[in-house]
Amino acid sequence: MSEVPDTGAETPQSAAARLFDLRVLIGGLFLLYGVMLTVAGFFTSSKELAKASHININLWMGIGMLVIGGFFATWWRLRPLQRPEPDQPKAYETGTSR
Amino acid sequence: MLRLHVNPFDYTILGIYFALVITIGVIARRAVATSEDFLLSGRSLPAWVTGLAFISANLGAIEILGMAANGAQYGLPTVHFYWIGAVPAMVFLGVVMMPFYYGSRVRSVPEFLLRRFNPATHLFNALSFALAAVLIAGVNLYALALVINALIGWPIWLSIAVSALFVLAYITLGGLSGAIYNEVLQFFVIIAGLVPLVIIGLHSVGGWSGLQTKIGHTKLGANAFSTWSGVGTGHWTNPLGDWIGIVFGLGFVLSFGYWTTNFAEVQRALSAKDLSAAQRTPLIGAYPKIFIPALTIIPGLIALAIIPKLGTPKGASYNDAIPILMGRFLPNGALGVALAGLLAAFMAGMAANVSSFNTVFTYDIWQTYIRRGRRDRYYLNVGRVVTVVGILIGIGTAFIASGYSNIMNYIQLLFSFFNAPLFATFILAMFWKRTTPWSGIAGLAAGTIGAAVMHFAGYHIAYFYPHQVLDPTHATINAQMLNFYGAITAFVADLVVTVLVSMVTKPKPVSELGGLVWGVHDPNAPDPASVPKPPWWASPKLLGGIALGIVLVLSIIFA
Repeated sequence: MSEVPDTGAETPQSAAARLFDLRVLIGGLFLLYGVMLTVAGFFTSSKELAKASHININLWMGIGMLVIGGFFATWWRLRPLQRPEPDQPKAYETGTSR
Repeated sequence: MLRLHVNPFDYTILGIYFALVITIGVIARRAVATSEDFLLSGRSLPAWVTGLAFISANLGAIEILGMAANGAQYGLPTVHFYWIGAVPAMVFLGVVMMPFYYGSRVRSVPEFLLRRFNPATHLFNALSFALAAVLIAGVNLYALALVINALIGWPIWLSIAVSALFVLAYITLGGLSGAIYNEVLQFFVIIAGLVPLVIIGLHSVGGWSGLQTKIGHTKLGANAFSTWSGVGTGHWTNPLGDWIGIVFGLGFVLSFGYWTTNFAEVQRALSAKDLSAAQRTPLIGAYPKIFIPALTIIPGLIALAIIPKLGTPKGASYNDAIPILMGRFLPNGALGVALAGLLAAFMAGMAANVSSFNTVFTYDIWQTYIRRGRRDRYYLNVGRVVTVVGILIGIGTAFIASGYSNIMNYIQLLFSFFNAPLFATFILAMFWKRTTPWSGIAGLAAGTIGAAVMHFAGYHIAYFYPHQVLDPTHATINAQMLNFYGAITAFVADLVVTVLVSMVTKPKPVSELGGLVWGVHDPNAPDPASVPKPPWWASPKLLGGIALGIVLVLSIIFA
């Protein structure tokens, strides 16, 4: 039939629950970039300022990235990832027990 | 002129980003034990992750540079590719179609066709999708190499090798999770790279009204700010042609065909942790999609306003609009972030295609027709090998794209052949029980042929030329409009042939259609009362309705 071949009991358990929390990485990257750009923003030369239509873009971008990084870090602290119970039957959700 | 003055600070920012890209692949590796972990992220991801990956998979650099080019060439009518040409289809996918895809537990879009139709239909779709995916991956790779060569002077072959190696590393290690996590990260970096361009650019031309004044003096003129002017049939003057092409060709056939049946997109939703999250995937993606034109079309217009001779034989190409603005406005630091965003976007465009190609090839071609019934471990390894092979083919096909001046048109052309008929087949499959197994392949073949015939015949039809006057050299043809009409032809041909063949062939017994067709209950589905319901504010209908409402209001404001 057109069904998927039964791979039976040899199918190993899914390890998807071990996937790390992406919010940490996004938050970390944006906080790091934010610090780098903010610091660079304090040393903007007048030539660079004129180039960017007199907007200190490194400073503003740095601050913006600190805010976004802070948002992800806070979200991660307030609502940490919940690991599903290992024995919980989730046949319908994972579709592995057909 | 394009060369950017990149300094060590920018390279540090780039280096940090690329280190993180590989890190994601390496630590996502721990979460891969089965083929489904590798190819579908073990169906475990939350909706915000799959939703942003859904939009990021489409936010490749070709899309960004191409839409900025369209913005400079056509003006605001380019928003049709976003508002009418994407959001309604995304809402339809989330609200109406996702229960069939996710609820039937298929692992790919072709697999849905296998269960609903027959192996012939399945193989036709699986092979054409796989071919399109590696072609588009190759297009991205080639475009990336061209841009890196122009911006920082690396030789073409080096850029191709290095970027292919990065994508290869994080997908072969982390599988779809590696791809999706990187897509979400890319989304934020791309946005961070584009926002400063818009802010500085608008400031330098004197704000929105200054931009309007300046564009009024270019060849685009004041019409650049009207999206729906000149769309009357018979004597169209809008750069995208008449309203029939825009509404039915782009807004209905092409858009629904791409967003609801293209596995590179649907796969992101299938990796969600439950049906509710899968439904919300395209809906969460719809909100950024509404506002991305501000980050692509506006830079295109700014470029047209401040760069003399843009888009003329003597000046820079429209596709260079964003890179030129980066070089002109951004100081080191912000430049590094924008460059990281651009390179990220190229990788997003390639990785989405590779990670959907490997799933279709492993499950739909290898496991279904070539080596059946092996252990799961075997298919996990096949998935890894196929990833490598797919990237190698992508490198090989990269050069097909080089013969076309506007890469976006090339991609649209591919979509109109492969994707345009698909939506007709799916809509009949899901809503008409009588649709028979053999009508599937017949309809798809008829639609694909219809698209190709219309594409070549259209060059001899005066209606597709400006002022409706045939140009014997074919140079001035409205290629977008012809694509839209090609899509309409494909849709109609597919619809007619599917219905006719269904009339004369034998339908599947209803017992085999559970969960695949509207109104046929799936006996294996859990009791609806036992499935947890999302909170009211996360209801798919509400999220979809608000997205459509915003699009409607914006369409009226910018009509």
